[in-house]
Amino acid sequence: MRGYILRRVLALIPTLIFASLIVFVTIRLMPGNIIDLMLSQNDVSASKQTREQLEAALGLDTPMYVQYFKWLGALVFKGSLGNSLWTNTPVMDEILHRLPITFELGIMALLVSLVVGIPIGVYAALKQDTIGDYILRTFSILALAIPGFWLGTLVMVFPSIWWGWSPSVRFIPFSQDPIGHLLQLALPALILGKAFSAITMRLTRTLMLEVMRQDYIRTAKAKGLSVGTIVMRHALRNALIPVITLVGLQAGALIGGAVILEQIFVIPGMGLLLLEAVGSRDYPTITGVFLVFGVAIVFINLLVDLSYGFLDPKVRNR
Amino acid sequence: MSKPLLQVRNLTTKFGNGPGAVTAVNNVSFDVDAGETLAIVGESGSGKSVTALSILQLVPDPPGRITGGEIVFDGIDLTKLNEDEMRAIRGNRIAMIFQEPMTSLNPSLTIGLQIGEPINLHKRLPWQKAYDKAKELLDRVRMPDARSRLANHPHQFSGGMRQRIMIAMALACQPKLIIADEPTTALDVTVQAQILELLKELTRETGSALILITHDLGVVARYADRVCVMYGGKIIETASALDLYAKPLHPYTRGLMASIPRLDQPAGLRLVPIKGQPPNLAQLPPGCSFNPRCGEVAERCRRDVPELMKADDKHMHACWMAPHV
Ligand SMILES: Nc1ncnc2c1ncn2[C@@H]1O[C@H](COP(=O)(O)OP(=O)(O)OP(=O)(O)O)[C@@H](O)[C@H]1O
Ligand code: SF4
Ligand SMILES: [Mg+2]
Repeated sequence: MRGYILRRVLALIPTLIFASLIVFVTIRLMPGNIIDLMLSQNDVSASKQTREQLEAALGLDTPMYVQYFKWLGALVFKGSLGNSLWTNTPVMDEILHRLPITFELGIMALLVSLVVGIPIGVYAALKQDTIGDYILRTFSILALAIPGFWLGTLVMVFPSIWWGWSPSVRFIPFSQDPIGHLLQLALPALILGKAFSAITMRLTRTLMLEVMRQDYIRTAKAKGLSVGTIVMRHALRNALIPVITLVGLQAGALIGGAVILEQIFVIPGMGLLLLEAVGSRDYPTITGVFLVFGVAIVFINLLVDLSYGFLDPKVRNR
Repeated sequence: MSKPLLQVRNLTTKFGNGPGAVTAVNNVSFDVDAGETLAIVGESGSGKSVTALSILQLVPDPPGRITGGEIVFDGIDLTKLNEDEMRAIRGNRIAMIFQEPMTSLNPSLTIGLQIGEPINLHKRLPWQKAYDKAKELLDRVRMPDARSRLANHPHQFSGGMRQRIMIAMALACQPKLIIADEPTTALDVTVQAQILELLKELTRETGSALILITHDLGVVARYADRVCVMYGGKIIETASALDLYAKPLHPYTRGLMASIPRLDQPAGLRLVPIKGQPPNLAQLPPGCSFNPRCGEVAERCRRDVPELMKADDKHMHACWMAPHV
């Protein structure tokens, strides 16, 4: 098992190098580069002289491949993602600061999607083709169709117009006020989890219908077990194995959704960091954030694969 | 004589509604005495499994439902019980063994749990005791190394071993009746005989009655006391196993007999399968449903439906042309 994990992690390296290369190059090709931005902000007329000085100071005067290998070398040998071009502080520090917040938001959204999606999916499967099943399926399509950013904007705007209340835009750290902190994250987590709970529900329903047709469920019925025991002990575990895969497949979309909702709810996580960095063309920060997202997605999928071992005895005994 | 353990009377089970509806079990009646082995024989699609599932009230609904008849078990009509009352009987007083050992066990649960489950449920024994019983049961079905195998999962066993596990599971609560639906069809020929011997021996020990469903008349001869032959959802002949072998009366039964390999037959002699297709239940011919395939068909067979009639006290058949009183 340890060898398997090691091999998976090693196989990840070329992928990440390739991905970082693409990010590294494309952000530098974005129109409006950082030098223009800095010069315009400092209200200095863009004389040729200062432009070249600035480029040299930021290390942007060398060819792109040189810049890339320098960056890669610092990452491999010093574990450094470089410094922010604006603040000159290490990108790694900023990311380590922001990552837990996004992680928390993602986990909460995931919990919402599983806690809502799985029971409703099971219920809809057991009541297949009844009114209840149709209503739940219709709701799930609605939940999928309503965009999270739209809902998030509504939540930010309308309560303040109607009741003079709006979600706090000042971030409440967990250490200061744990409950306030969790409440602040709850709304974006609900909105982020909404679409995933709809997908989870539909998948759970389909899989439960499939499992309930299996011969071993008939055996369980022939033993005299109640529907509750059959579902909890015999069906759910087998139905949930693919649901776990879904979690892995959705990891990327979850991160993408978090980026948008952090922006709307002003939550200082990785998403907000990325948007700020893109706005200010802070190349090392952008590359660093994408790299961490990439690593996160790969690790989530590794965890998913490993969790099969616990759910599926055929894999465990291999 | 005491009352039979199970009396099935005019059982009818249908699938679907309207013109496409199919009568999978059509007005079927039979008895099973305590401790005896009754074989139900017939081609694929003749309604054997549906009969078995009807007894346990496990016909998948929709599309299936029991539309008529009584199933009196130990003095209780099972068709009148509610789901909770029925659950108390399933796995406890009537147990079932299914045809497909490879898929009938839950792949993600240990076999100890799966065998202990009915004991825990019906006998209200704590899990630890249920596992101890499960171990004894595995010993009884001759599973080597029973104690350590309790923790194994189904995929670690061969088909024959899995069917032993199914038998252990069926025996768990010492049921009065075990229904075995083609328990050996999916297994190797050599394993088939072992499993049937085991089943026969264990039911003899516990005094359980056995309904043995098969399409193999050869099996019937060795293991059954009495036989019902089914065709197109109906019982078309019933007799003691000995009688049926000595003088099969219905042309369909005789056709089945002719298709069994016999040891006293010269080697190389071709078996004669019954010509024609099993009937389409949605479009049965008028009169006797066997008439398109029957070699002795007469005019009356295309007009009137033959019901079971007596040839003698214990031997009944549904054929106009066979001798009857
Ligand atoms: N779930 C179902 N849905 C619809 N029709 C069914 C269903 N199960 C059985 N039937 C109908 O009942 C008929 C009898 O099926 P049954 O399973 O009892 O046959 P069988 O005698 O057990 O055959 P086999 O030897 O193949 O197991 C089938 O031909 C089919 O038309
Ligand atoms: S009733 Fe007629 S058709 Fe039917 S089995 Fe007897 S002889 Fe054949
Ligand atoms: Mg069958």
